[in-house]
Amino acid sequence: MDSSSRPLSPHLGIYRWQVQMVTSILHRVTGIALAVGSLLLLAGLLSLAAGPSAYAAFRALLAFPLVQLLLLGWTWAFAYHLCNGVRHLLQDAGLGFARPVFVRNGWIVVVLSLLLTAAVWIASLVIGGAL
Amino acid sequence: MSDLRNPLQRARGLGSAKDGAQHWWRQRVTAAALLVLGIWFVLLVLALLRGSYAAAQTALANPFNATLMVAFVVALFWHMQLGLQVVIEDYVHTRGVELALQILVRLFAALAALLAIIAVLRIALGG
Repeated sequence: MDSSSRPLSPHLGIYRWQVQMVTSILHRVTGIALAVGSLLLLAGLLSLAAGPSAYAAFRALLAFPLVQLLLLGWTWAFAYHLCNGVRHLLQDAGLGFARPVFVRNGWIVVVLSLLLTAAVWIASLVIGGAL
Repeated sequence: MSDLRNPLQRARGLGSAKDGAQHWWRQRVTAAALLVLGIWFVLLVLALLRGSYAAAQTALANPFNATLMVAFVVALFWHMQLGLQVVIEDYVHTRGVELALQILVRLFAALAALLAIIAVLRIALGG
């Protein structure tokens, strides 16, 4: 085979983003984000253990718009990592490796994670009395 | 579970990763636990969203919820350590820095899990 017909991959000049790689990278990114978010769970449990005033302060912290935005991000990260984690477990069982299935499952995970995030936030707004 | 490793590999317990299949299995088992416990956790948070301190305290004082919360934080911080371990192995190539980070993540995960368990016990049993 002469050098001009050799496959060149990844060729950075013509390489494009694909759902296969994005879902893989996002699994790691959301995992790291959730590791940071675990601090909030820790804070919540410690405030609840410390008493009513500490718990009230924790609730006040959660009400800040920036924290609400972070919580929205963490909700999606959680939903995504959960859905894609299930996909990984199925792949560990040898399922879903045919290319069209792999691509389809990637999109299912992305859409499902967004739907789950919306469901949790709509539920929280309804419970919170905002809707 | 079937064991697909050849006998020599099993005898040594060492592949190119200098490690057997334990990490892989623990990551999967904690993932399966978190799939169930994570959904339970989100439902619990939603249920406590509008409630008072007393409602949250009463909910976690329920032995069923207290047990699941302890299981959740153990699975969570364990799974977190296993995941961050791989990230550090992949991206940190200076041996000293890598070792320091691996130890820090392990100590943080252990401390965080212990803190969370003590907090749950205090909530559940009264401080």
